[in-house]
Amino acid sequence: MSRIAKRFDALKKEGRSAFVTFVTAGDPDLKTSQELFAGLPEAGADILEIGMPFSDPMADGPAIQLGSQRALANGMTLKGVLALVADFRKTDNETPIVLMGYFNPIYSFGVDKFVVEAKEAGVDGFIIVDLPPEEEREFAIPAKDAGLDFIYLTTPTADDARLATIASKASGFIYYVSITGVTGTASAVASDVEAAVKRIKSHTDLPVAIGFGINTPDQAKVMAGLSDAAVVGSAIVKKIADNLDENATAKDGLVEDVLSYVNELARGVRAASA
Amino acid sequence: MNKPNTFMAGPDEDGRFGIFGGRFVAETLMPLILEVERNFNEAKDDPEFQAQVQGYLKQYVGRPSPLYFAERFTEHCGGAKVYFKREDLNHTGAHKINSCIGQILLAKRMGKKRIIAETGAGQHGVATATVCALFGLDCTVFMGATDIERQQPNVFRMKLLGAEVRPVTAGSGTLKDAMNEALRDWVANVHDTFYLIGTVAGPHPYPVMVREFQKIIGEETREQIMEQEGRLPDTLIACVGGGSNAMGLFYPFLDDADVRIIGVEAAGHGVDTDEHACSLTGGRPGVLHGNRTYLLQDDDGQIQEAHSISAGLDYPGIGPEHSYLYDMKRVEYHCITDQEAVDAFQLCTKLEGIIPALESSHAVAEAEKMAKEMSKDQIIVVNMSGRGDKDVNTIAKAMGTVL
Repeated sequence: MSRIAKRFDALKKEGRSAFVTFVTAGDPDLKTSQELFAGLPEAGADILEIGMPFSDPMADGPAIQLGSQRALANGMTLKGVLALVADFRKTDNETPIVLMGYFNPIYSFGVDKFVVEAKEAGVDGFIIVDLPPEEEREFAIPAKDAGLDFIYLTTPTADDARLATIASKASGFIYYVSITGVTGTASAVASDVEAAVKRIKSHTDLPVAIGFGINTPDQAKVMAGLSDAAVVGSAIVKKIADNLDENATAKDGLVEDVLSYVNELARGVRAASA
Repeated sequence: MNKPNTFMAGPDEDGRFGIFGGRFVAETLMPLILEVERNFNEAKDDPEFQAQVQGYLKQYVGRPSPLYFAERFTEHCGGAKVYFKREDLNHTGAHKINSCIGQILLAKRMGKKRIIAETGAGQHGVATATVCALFGLDCTVFMGATDIERQQPNVFRMKLLGAEVRPVTAGSGTLKDAMNEALRDWVANVHDTFYLIGTVAGPHPYPVMVREFQKIIGEETREQIMEQEGRLPDTLIACVGGGSNAMGLFYPFLDDADVRIIGVEAAGHGVDTDEHACSLTGGRPGVLHGNRTYLLQDDDGQIQEAHSISAGLDYPGIGPEHSYLYDMKRVEYHCITDQEAVDAFQLCTKLEGIIPALESSHAVAEAEKMAKEMSKDQIIVVNMSGRGDKDVNTIAKAMGTVL
């Protein structure tokens, strides 16, 4: 069983939803990133979503765009992302890791080579924003053939036929984009999400995660109560940005401050009754 | 690679020209992209829609645009006869309006209320703002802050036409960043918004749709050159940023093996420097803005900034059909530097009384080189894709003149 499936199973037994954190690899720099990842599970993250920075993040709002730029400015590369994951795995072989990003860096790296090296590093799955099911041959199929999960996004714009298609191709979990918009720019509406999750669940037994529109611990609590996982990204990345000096370098205490915020969010998720 | 029976068959049902093209977009956009494709396919075969498009092209845009024999330019070059296809005489001053008419009629057919567009030089923004004024639709144009600076006259024109011009400061503040921002807006407003893309790039069906609305350039050229010369031209030349004016001229000639076809990329300070926009000559295949195509990128697959004195060519990618035609070696792609374009701009203005857009000046510069090598009984057609009034400030600066 994959780490992702194991984690969802275990949480189900605990009777609660998963808390998924998004942080871009190398934001704001390699060392801080290493410390953040190492501290996230203890702060309450059940699954780590790690951003692979890209120069043109078309589906991301300003917070994650800036995080990506900081990481790239400090020299993060796709190889560097895998090295960070391998480093994390030295001390944690349980927490699932999902890489999130855009296709071009992977295409440039070489799909087959990337799948092999990602698996070796200890990656469990991928969310590639610009690879809808129509382009599954590009990467989703090679990834799944290698035993890695390809997590599809679904959105409020999908009709039932499209949901059925996505459900049939998905693995790991299904990620419901709870707003029509880019990351971190609006808040999800509970009643809409509740109906959407119900609709998705009628097509699949996979866990359903909610993301893109969760910006506070309270929202995390509400959304976790409606689904199998709540994903928080922009709000955490903003916390990183709040702890930078005027040269965009990490101030003392960044890691502690960000992790304590993550813990606050995690307590929100744990307070939810799924 | 085997030579196909025809170069005009693409794209396939997945929106591919060979390996290029496709639909690499966020899931939120997929249902809408499929809806655009369905509506475009229906409209294309609907005589009423076609009549509507043709009507506006004739009465509003002023088509057909003339095919003009540039006699003094020809004499100056001392070789092949050079014709200009006068897209600069279209309403709004460039070829961009051709596709805007088609796309806005499609948007209306789909019941969309709001139009968004990206623009580099401002020509596509002006053309979009114009058709939005014509049809009374809400219009938002995304434009890089750098481009706003160098294209002030067009920015003001868009505002006069009732459009909101939204400055984009991300990245280098040019066309690529404007396109990112337009895509973000579209994701947030899918329910009522139509993205009116200015070139033969983006996710399927945009590359084929924009080509279909632009191919009238080549179709008219074919007819006009047969009338004036009784035969097809030896060489076609057009500048290529995203590549819509070039696809428009080239497409109807792709299967005429005797017609040599040359696309001109913007070499900025030189294709051997870090500052150019030659995606084919200096890039490699990648995925950006919804399609696979040649891109300027670093070893890690991060997209690099392009450079050209011409804002309309300042883009690190190119339409996927061009990438295909490049790989198949059906079309040649040459490079012209900023300086060569500025020289050609002045030459054309003095010799012909035609002020070419800086974009089109790249094609004029290439034509000068080519014509010299060819004999006097040969024929070149250059796509004069736009007029250069908007570029007067940039040229003055390049010449060291203070206005």
